[in-house]
Amino acid sequence: MNEMRSPDTLASEPHGATVEPYVRVKDLTVRFVSREATVKAVNGVSFDLDKGQVLCVIGESGSGKSVMMRSLLRLHPKKRTVIEGSMRVGADEITSVSDKKMSELRGSTISMIFQEPMTALDPLYTIGDQIAETVMRHEKIDRDAAWKRALELLELVRVPSPERRLKAFPHELSGGLRQRAMIAVALSCRPSILLADEPTTALDASVQIQVLVLLRKLQREMGMSMIFVTHDLGVAAQIADKVAVMYAGRIIEYGEARDVLMHPQHPYTKAMLSSTVKDQDKGKPLEAIAGTPPDLRALPDGCSFAPRCKYAGPDCKVAMPDPLIDGRGHMVRCSKVRVMGGLLMFDEGMARPETALEPA
Amino acid sequence: MTDIPAGAIPVPTPATQGAPASKVRSYWGSVWNRLRYDPVTLFFLAVIILIVLSAIFAPWLAPMDPEKSSMANRLRPIGYKKYLLGTDEQGRDMLSRLLWGGRISLMMGILPVLFATLIGGAFGVVAGYYGGKVNMVIMRTMDIFFAFPSVLLAVAIAGSLGGGIFNQMLTLTVVLIPPICRVAETATSQVRSLDFVDAARASGASTVSILFTHVLINVLSPVLVYSSTLVSISIILASGLSFLGLGVSPPTADWGLMLSTLRQAIYVQPLVTALPGIAILITSIAFNLVSDGLRQAMDVKT
Repeated sequence: MNEMRSPDTLASEPHGATVEPYVRVKDLTVRFVSREATVKAVNGVSFDLDKGQVLCVIGESGSGKSVMMRSLLRLHPKKRTVIEGSMRVGADEITSVSDKKMSELRGSTISMIFQEPMTALDPLYTIGDQIAETVMRHEKIDRDAAWKRALELLELVRVPSPERRLKAFPHELSGGLRQRAMIAVALSCRPSILLADEPTTALDASVQIQVLVLLRKLQREMGMSMIFVTHDLGVAAQIADKVAVMYAGRIIEYGEARDVLMHPQHPYTKAMLSSTVKDQDKGKPLEAIAGTPPDLRALPDGCSFAPRCKYAGPDCKVAMPDPLIDGRGHMVRCSKVRVMGGLLMFDEGMARPETALEPA
Repeated sequence: MTDIPAGAIPVPTPATQGAPASKVRSYWGSVWNRLRYDPVTLFFLAVIILIVLSAIFAPWLAPMDPEKSSMANRLRPIGYKKYLLGTDEQGRDMLSRLLWGGRISLMMGILPVLFATLIGGAFGVVAGYYGGKVNMVIMRTMDIFFAFPSVLLAVAIAGSLGGGIFNQMLTLTVVLIPPICRVAETATSQVRSLDFVDAARASGASTVSILFTHVLINVLSPVLVYSSTLVSISIILASGLSFLGLGVSPPTADWGLMLSTLRQAIYVQPLVTALPGIAILITSIAFNLVSDGLRQAMDVKT
């Protein structure tokens, strides 16, 4: 058991990489420093992503999902943010490339869709202007060609009567159309990675699924990698190849979408799954997770979920458990989980012998 | 069969279902579109244009020399002989003096606001966009000016600089910079926190291009609207300074100065005495209402 938990071999290769993956994030930490306090938003996140794969990052508000995504584009204010670790995209190391190179990468290699289509489009420019602006920034083409491209993009994202919509201002479009326009802006320079920060959260349910299906289809057609942040597990099940569950700035469970969502091992993932509406009986109340997420300015010692975990024992409060990986690349960080027959197994009664505290 | 011409049956094609594709719409085009259906604003816009034109063409419009006095015809009522609007306490033609005075008063209303918008707006946008220490230095400096009531500040500056058109204009500019700077700073910090600024950065825009293409244009409308309300305040302040003897010196015609010198005659010729005041009133109301209409027309629903 001790060998299996050896952090050095396991942490570095979350799912036994054979070829160099397209994106490799390793030990990423992001801290926001102000005079009053230091907020530890991301605390050692590592993951790999191959070309054409969709990684879904799930977690509740304030778990560091968006912060992690924005650091991939270096969108955080430089002065107040400390980013450590490594983020490699293709051949470029995001943490160390020059600002000029970063500007080139933004939009053309890495692109982002924002959550709120209301505020993510400039209210004073037409949709066509905004798409053309991005196209012209990265490719040396004239205005007419850029507008033609904008029209093609609106057709690509299935906006009805695209000629008219090109000349529309954002406030003249519905939420769903606006989000499609936002996607068109993000796709305008054929990025190889698309970051989607809860792109369907602000939309109503029927539009949500349309946008989701569209994104999945475009992602497959264009062979893009996609990192998709959401707190909607149904969305994750629809779109993800891999799922990462984040809690208090750490990935606590990671693996194939099927493994994580069908056979969750971490108590947090389990609790989250059982708190969603599925096919429970009508009279049965939903199970909510008691308590609130930890204060990121003062993280507890040990497992950050321990204060809310009903299985937590004394050993959980000592140190954050190291990642444990089974043969299928399913990773979990919980001291109550062990590997049995090549698969992860949650064992309520288990305590780590080396850290177990004897009752006094 | 043959008498039905080809193409008589309309076949809907995807290209024809949109609106006429000829016009490229711009933000200012849509502002004008909304302004077109606002009769009050349009009327007062016409009034402003009329006042400005009459000031510009004062040398040709004025029937007499505004500085030529006539002891025999002092304080004549409105419509007395050739004096269409009467005469003042030195027998000078009121109509001519009002037309000429409008030049100075309008200049005092518009130019200081223009300069203050450029200077204060620039400081405000920089303070709002960069935040932190830059913001603190700029905004606390503005707060020092804010600590004084604007009239008091104007009187203090004008008093120490002395009279004259240039000094008066300088005074008004200094007085108007802090409020415009404050408005620009607030608008900028609001715009900066909106997602489209991040979205522009995420699509590779540089700081400079974000500042000019996204931040500035979004800040422009609140700042312009606010500045246009200041035009009337500036006219009134300028008149006040002239009234106190801190602005232009006699015999130059200026609405504020005219009001000041005519006030002794208020019991003799109340109507004539009121004329410069009415001119100030109409001009400032017109500017206020137009800026109000402008605010509505520039308000884009987000």
